This record gives sequence, C-alpha cells and structure tokens, in this order.
Amino acid sequence: MITLNINGEVKSLGDIDPETPLLWALRDTLGLVGTKYGCGIAQCGACTVHVDGNPARACQLPVGALQGVIITTIEGLAAKDGTLSDLQQAWVDYDVPQCGYCQAGQLMSATALLERTPKPTDDDIKTALSGNLCRCGTYNRIAGAIKSVANKKAELEVTETDRAKGA
Amino acid sequence: MNDQNTPNNPDPLAIFGPNRHELPEPGEASVALDRRQFLLLTGLGGLVIGVTSGISSSAFGQISAPIYQVGLELNHYIQINPEGEVIIFTPHPEVGQGVRTSLPMIVAEELDADWSRVTVKSSTIDPSRYGQQFAGGSTSILRRKAELSKMGAMARHMLVAAGAIELDAPADQLTTSDSFVIHQASGRKLSYGELAELAAKQPMPDEKSIVYKDPADYRLLGKRITSVDNRTIVTGEPIFGSDVSVPGMLYATFVKSRSLGGRVKSANLDEVKRLPGVVDAFVIEGNKDIPAYDPVSDFVSSGVAIVADSTWQAFRARDRLHVEWDLSTASTDDTDLMARQAEELATQPGAIVDKDKGNVDDVFAKSGNIVESFYHTTFASHSPLEPNNCTVHFKGDSVEVWAPSQTPPAILIGLMKLFGLPMNKVVVHQIRGGGGFGRRLENDYAREAALISKRVGAPVKLQWKREDELAFDYFRPPGYNAYKASLNADGKVDAWLHHTIAASKDGEKPNRDAGSRLTLFPENMLDHYRTTTSLVPSQTPTGPMRAPTANTHGFAEQSFIHELAIAAGKDHVEFYLDFLGEPVWTVPNDPNAIHTGRAANTIKKVAENAGWGREMPAGRGLGLSFYFSHATYAAEVAEVSVDDRNRVKVHKVWAVCDCGPVVNLSGAEGQAQGAIIDGIGVMAQQSITFKNGAAQQTNFHQYPLLRINQHPEIEVAFVESDFISSGMGEPTLPPIAAAVTNAIYNATGKRIRGMPISNEGFSIV
Repeated sequence: MITLNINGEVKSLGDIDPETPLLWALRDTLGLVGTKYGCGIAQCGACTVHVDGNPARACQLPVGALQGVIITTIEGLAAKDGTLSDLQQAWVDYDVPQCGYCQAGQLMSATALLERTPKPTDDDIKTALSGNLCRCGTYNRIAGAIKSVANKKAELEVTETDRAKGA
Repeated sequence: MNDQNTPNNPDPLAIFGPNRHELPEPGEASVALDRRQFLLLTGLGGLVIGVTSGISSSAFGQISAPIYQVGLELNHYIQINPEGEVIIFTPHPEVGQGVRTSLPMIVAEELDADWSRVTVKSSTIDPSRYGQQFAGGSTSILRRKAELSKMGAMARHMLVAAGAIELDAPADQLTTSDSFVIHQASGRKLSYGELAELAAKQPMPDEKSIVYKDPADYRLLGKRITSVDNRTIVTGEPIFGSDVSVPGMLYATFVKSRSLGGRVKSANLDEVKRLPGVVDAFVIEGNKDIPAYDPVSDFVSSGVAIVADSTWQAFRARDRLHVEWDLSTASTDDTDLMARQAEELATQPGAIVDKDKGNVDDVFAKSGNIVESFYHTTFASHSPLEPNNCTVHFKGDSVEVWAPSQTPPAILIGLMKLFGLPMNKVVVHQIRGGGGFGRRLENDYAREAALISKRVGAPVKLQWKREDELAFDYFRPPGYNAYKASLNADGKVDAWLHHTIAASKDGEKPNRDAGSRLTLFPENMLDHYRTTTSLVPSQTPTGPMRAPTANTHGFAEQSFIHELAIAAGKDHVEFYLDFLGEPVWTVPNDPNAIHTGRAANTIKKVAENAGWGREMPAGRGLGLSFYFSHATYAAEVAEVSVDDRNRVKVHKVWAVCDCGPVVNLSGAEGQAQGAIIDGIGVMAQQSITFKNGAAQQTNFHQYPLLRINQHPEIEVAFVESDFISSGMGEPTLPPIAAAVTNAIYNATGKRIRGMPISNEGFSIV
C-alpha cells in the first residue's frame, strides 16, 4: 500500500505497482489529470510537479520512491477557496494559454522559480523555463506574465477582466 | 485557386476528402447563409435562436441518404434562461486557435449581452444542423462571422420587441446594454432574462430590417478578450481529450509497423496477456497498408492492441511486446534518395506544365540579368503537445466517441462506414485538443480506439505515445522548388519560371499538399510566367500542416524575391513595393485572391515599425518577408545577429497583418506570435528523415521544438481595413522563415537555401 502527500492531502494509491510513474498514478489512479503526458522521457516538461518545492518531471518518478515527500500538482496551486495564485491570475489576465496543454507544467516551473528567485532576470526566466516546451509558442506571454508578477506591474497589454466562462 | 473545390460543389464534406483543400471558396459563407432560413423555437426555458440547415439531403446522399431527411431542424447558438444567463454555443472544435472565445464574442456583441454573464459551450456534432464543423484553414472567422452577427442581432431585435410590450414604449425608443432593454425616457429597464420568454414569442425580424451595431460602439470586437477557458486550464481541471474519463474505462496502446504499411505477421500475445494489469492483447488486421490522408475514411492500419487497467501498464506491456512484421506491403521511402532525385529533376524542364502565360523562353533568351535558385525542405511532423488519444464506448448497436479532433463530423462518417451504423447511432463529442496544427484533421486514432473498444466490449481510452506521433503522422511534405527569373534594364522582373518537384505516390499527381501552392502570386503580376511540376517517388503519407503548401513555398519564394531585389541592385522594400505596383484586387471581391494594395500596406507598415534602413552593426541584419494566405496579409521583419560559428540569434520580429477587422485582439496577436515561433522552430531544427519507410526520429530529443531561451521578442500590429474579417491561425507562419534567412544574408552575405537550417550548418540560439 503506497500513500503519498499530494496538495496537502494524504492519498492512498492502493496496491499500485511501485514502479508506476507519478504521472500515471496522478492521472489514472487519482484522477488528477492536470499533470500532462507529452513525451514520457523528461524532454517536454508537460508533467512538471513540485517535489518538496522543487520542479520535477512526474513521468520519471516511480511512486515507490516518493513516500514521505511533499508533492504539489497544478491542482494544488490555487487556495482552497479557489483564489488563484498570482501567477495563475497573471496567466488568465494576460491570456497566456492557447491550446493550454503545456501550461500546467509552465506554471509549476514558473512558481518554483519565483519561490526561489522573486526578482528573476530575463536569463533566470529562460533558464528556469527552458525545459518546458510550448508547441503553440506562447513564450512571449509566459515571460511577460512572470515578469508582471515579479515586478508587480503589467509587462504586457492588459486584457479584458470582466469575462465570460467556458463550460 | 483550387479547381477541385469550386463554389458550385455542393458536398459539404468535400473539405475532408483526399486532395481537397480546406480553404473556403469566395462567397461560400454568404451563399451558405442565403440557403439558410432563420427559425425560432420556444419551450426550452427561454429564448433559443438558431438557423435551420438549408443543406439538402442529397448533399449527404453518398453517405447515408435515409438519415438526412433534413427539414426544419434547429441548431442552437443562443440560449437565454430566465435568470439572465446567456449561453452561446460554438460550432467549431477548439485546438488552441481561440474559437471558443472569438465566435461567441461575435454573437454577444450584436446581442449586446453582458459578457460577464455569458457561458460558452461547444455545440453537439451534427453536420445536418451545423454544416462544416471543423478547425482548419483559418476559416472559422471568415466563414461564420456574418452568420453569428446575424444570430446575435436577431435575438436582440426580439428582446427589444418584447421590451416594447412590457415597458409599453415604442421599440425605436428602446436601447440595449449589458443584457438589458432600456427605456431611456422613463429610466425603466428589463433584463434579457425577464424578457426571454416573451421575446421567444415575438415574430422573427425580417433579415433586411436588422440593424447592426456601429463598429464605433463595439464593446467586445477588436478588444483584448481573454479566453473563456483560461481558468480551467490554469487550475488543471479536465478539459482535454486525454482527460476524458468514462465509468468502466480501460486503457489501450496500439503498436504499428514503423516502416509504414507493414502487417503483423506474429506477436508474443500470450506472454503479453500474462503481464501485470493487462486485460487483453490482440491483433487488429487493418484494412489499409500505407496510410493515406482521408479523414472520413474507415482506414485502419494493421497492428497489435494492448488493453490494460492503466495507461502505464499498457505502455509497460508494450515494451515486452515482440512483433514480427511482414514488410512486403510497407513503404521503402529513403529521404536521402528522394533529395538526390529531386535535385536532379530540378535541373531538367518540369514534366507537367501547370500554367504558361506569355512567352517566358523569349524573355529569358533576350535577358541580360537572369537569376536561378533551388530551395529545398524536408518532411516535418505536426507534433501537437498532446499526443493523439480518443475515448470510445462501443455499445453493440451504437458507439459514443470523445475526440480531440479538428474534424469531428468526419469521425462520425468514418465510424458509420467502419461499423455499418446509421448516423443517429454514432455520437461524437467535440473535446478540446492540446494543439492541432492539422494533425487532428485525420482521425486514424479515433478509428483505432473504436475497433479496440468493440473487441474488448468496454469503453477504452487509446493513448498514443510520443513515439507514435512522430512515426505515424501525415507529414508536411518536403518542398523542392527551382526558380528562374529575369530582370529588365530597369531592374523589374519580366519573366518567372517556377518548377516544383513534388512527392508523388502514384506517379501522376503530387501527394496531398506536396504540389504547387494555392495562390498564383507573385507570378500573376507578370505578363510572362510558367509554373511546372515534376514528381519524385514517395509513399510516405502527407497531409495539411499549419499553412499547408505556404509553409514551404513561403520560405523558397520569399527568399528568391530577396535574391531578385539584390540582383536588381535595389532595396528589398522598395523592390517589393515596386513589384506590387498600383493597388489592384487580382480577382475582385474574392477574399482569397491577393489585393496588392493591402499587401503593400502591410509591407510599408512593417518597414516603418522595424526601422527598416537603419544602420546595423557588423554581423547583424534585418530581413523582410511577406506572404498572403488564408485571406490574410502578413509582412514580417526579423532582426538577427550571427556569430562566427553560424549561431543565429533572432532578437526581434515585427509582424504587420491585415485580416480585416480584428475580432479578438488578444487572440489574434497570440496566434500571430505563436505561428511565428512555430515557423522559427521548424526552420531551425525540425526534420523527419526516412529509411526503409520508417521515420528515424522518435521523440523531442531528435525533433526539438523551439524553447523559451530561443524565442525572439515579437511585436504584432494590425492594419485597420474594412474588408471581410479573416483568420489568424496560420498566416504569419509562411513568411517567417525567409524573414530570418533574408536577415542572415543581410548580416553575413550567406544565402541559406535549405530548411531546416540546422542541415545547412546554422543554428538558432
């Protein structure tokens, strides 16, 4: 029986094979599908999560090796009441996502960056995010959104804030 | 233009067929609208407005005539419930191009709806109601804007009519704002929710009497509006195809021959079936050897399916699977051989003459200034970040599908053929795709999932691996283009010869999107030109990739135009504007025919924005490029520096687009930036090579996408024109490669004639 600490909750994975990568345990066993499969070989960053606060590729982490560590996924970034983190809010306000598939991984890498380096340089951002591929090419807005949060001022054109919702 | 898909072609699914292009024909949208009849139904808890399909049953006759007894069926676009919530339905699939935001914005604008109380939903998939529901060719805005504006405006008229009764005031004294009907004189107002039921009983306004908003009063269109799905995405809630979960669902992987078209001879199925978590493993015979792009087909390749209780167990069992393949039916493509053959063909006259105007040979014979050049590109893969996946529940006499497809109605057709089911027994749900780029126009993965679900008798989620994506694509074909042009004494182009060497399976015509491009520009500006095609053998399946044909021709032809400017001894911008001459719409009122005035406007503006002509330090240069595609004009300037090891830094790209009135400024700018990044990624380092019919690249370490440390700053501007609004998903991609290579030339004097430039000794850093 493997149990993991994920987003502040203890989750049981039942009799899962301990070699199962965290990515697939999250997605198929726990239904936390925000963490994405993109390549399976730690090349794209779509499956980025935090392990004890550090960004890590969930496709490379066997669940058997993760007991006792603290795991945060994209589902754990917002406050319990649904309030978005500053970076999540910036992603919305500056309309960063296009298809959106890579953005969970981008946000996890960006969040870890700002926790370690609250005032990142352009090079810091490029280094921290260079492992996260965006096939849609949203890099200009990713960098701008991170800088806007770090500098507490809009580094990109501001978009409409009074918005409709998708269902 | 594409001769195969004329405006008279009544087949609404023609776009999905082989060798058809997904561009709409001029006037198609308005013709379609005329054929439709607006209809109002009540009784759904509020006001529901839709258009009835005017598509005759015969249009679908070849597929299933008995099902298409199309009468006055409703398709819903707007629903207003008594609480005042406005629900707007989007007909087209979302793959990141932004239609779930831009299309509802059009409706909400004319409806004068309170955008903060709008909920957007994707419509059901039903071609008899919605016509073509697909994402391709940057066509959603071009095709739907007039129709959706009308839907919004009609609903608003009816709400005002209801308001006139309730407020006891003449309709012409009422205004609307933010989902309220307002009587200014008395200060009284009623919400759309309060009026919905009565509005639904009002007569439909005569179409000719509809008054549209003055664009000066727009509150949504042309503004920066964030995607309606952003919150869902940043919180990681389920939204993509691969996030779908159905009770009792099993997980599958499907293994095919990497040499395309091989058949399973034998496999260690008994051993695989005993592996942990494996529910079943079996051979699917398949009905098609080498795949061919045909989204409505029932084509399935031979392979081994492994079904397990989790994706991981299916993948792990796959590692233990050993298949012996019969390769007698497989492709034998070798891209080195293809390239050598194409290069040889380029030295000879074209085998097929496509267009021949004036007397090119005479002009060449007399010319004292002739420029010749040969450009080449490789195969490339779409590689959306979300690998193909599909969830299917085959229930015996019906089938239900959840697919991140760009052509969901084509899945419906394909499964009807595959299972012999009537249309009303196939339900397809459109689900957001994690990128498309043309890959999800084909539905091979959906058909595979359907067969696997049928075999195991349970709902199945098929998940392709990244390795499958790179092996089993409908690849962007390579482009081999030879040009010859002459310049007269004034440095003006007076004759043009373009020879496309196209991959061909049958030796008779180019493979899908491997041939000449759709537009005639620039040769149509000349009195003397000839375009020819030769064919080089290739069995590898090809298909539309973002900006099909334009994505390779743009590089070649815009580089060659720069070569001509240099040969003429003229500044590139000056040469281009001179070439375009006086403003002329080459086919009047055809949005897909180039208007040289609009082209010139974008070039002038991008030169101005980029500071064209300014002094550049050594090793640094600006490059210009332009392309007209998908009814949108895009001019770009790249600023690069190049070091002594041919490492190229793209510092900044300026893009100026004319897509008519912009619908969503945020979405349009994002698409423009994204397509430029996409184009730089492909031109930098993306190439698929084949040996023995198999792609040699397996994952992103061998097929690298552009990373954030390589991206340039991108400044996008739009020309305010009042032509029809056109799409932005693709048009900024075709010019970017040549903008960069022209800049490299201006910085170093080195002309790059091959893509990706990594094959030519250059890298993007």
